[in-house]
Amino acid sequence: MLKLKFIVPLLLFTALGAFLFVGLYRDPRYVPSPLIGKPAPEFTLPSLQDANYPVSSKELLGQPWVLNVWGTWCGGCRQEHDTLLAIAAQRAVPIVGLNWKDDNVAAQQWLAQLGNPYAVVAEDREGRTAINWGVYGAPETFLIGPDGIILYKHIAPMTMEVWNKEFLPRIEAARATAGSKS
Amino acid sequence: MSRYLRAGLVALLLAVGGQALAIDTEAAFDDPVLQHRYEAINRELRCLVCQNQTIADSNATLAQDLRREVRDMIAAGKTDDEIRDFMIERYGDFVLYRPRMTAQNFLLWAAPALLLLIAAVVLFRVVRRRAQESDIEADGPEAGQS
Repeated sequence: MLKLKFIVPLLLFTALGAFLFVGLYRDPRYVPSPLIGKPAPEFTLPSLQDANYPVSSKELLGQPWVLNVWGTWCGGCRQEHDTLLAIAAQRAVPIVGLNWKDDNVAAQQWLAQLGNPYAVVAEDREGRTAINWGVYGAPETFLIGPDGIILYKHIAPMTMEVWNKEFLPRIEAARATAGSKS
Repeated sequence: MSRYLRAGLVALLLAVGGQALAIDTEAAFDDPVLQHRYEAINRELRCLVCQNQTIADSNATLAQDLRREVRDMIAAGKTDDEIRDFMIERYGDFVLYRPRMTAQNFLLWAAPALLLLIAAVVLFRVVRRRAQESDIEADGPEAGQS
């Protein structure tokens, strides 16, 4: 009985300590998206390159694709840009840019100077599409399956490591299931 | 610090603090009822880029955009619950400053009641044991004398 009196608080304290310790290494800025596993919000927006030519999410159905949210005002976007170029060079999936609350001219200059990794760039001047996608801090990168379901979301600059570990296997898996259905 | 200086500082802080509440440059609604609803909802929604602020407190671009969404939804006749659901669908429960009770966080909600119950049981047992012990002590010397 005396032993229990010491062991129980000790165990409780250890458990609490373990929770707090793990908490130290978790990033509070990372907010898991409730949209993963749900249909991607549809959008039809003017294209950055040609405002007369709208970009519609419906046209992308039937293949896996990536949506990358960026802006010229966003430091992390500059940081990941070379990685995006390298990924685009793989030609694994189309990368669609969502130019979030940006200046049209600045965004076009950015792509002209740094290179354009995007198959197409949709211009979200008002930021409403970004809100529909639950975006809170650029850069954010979504992976969308051929059926239009959001498979994964990466918040923070894209790296080759994340691409190889989180995106590529999911793209292959999505292709495999889509292939077996048809 | 003199008493007057301190009083002056308090008055200044109150004045500045009062202004900080009205972050929009102008009222969103002419109707005071709608304006009140608008402000109340804003105070319940977290600005996700500046996580320890509500969208009523923050002037981050995202907070401005979310306030615009709230304003538009109120204007479109949406209820408070519908507006909250709109935000939760996109940003998850973390967007709420007053979290809902869900299966995942039920234990957290129940924890205060549970802890209080445990404390009551422990207290009851300790008090009862002490009472028994003091009875024995009181009886002790008499038993020794006889």
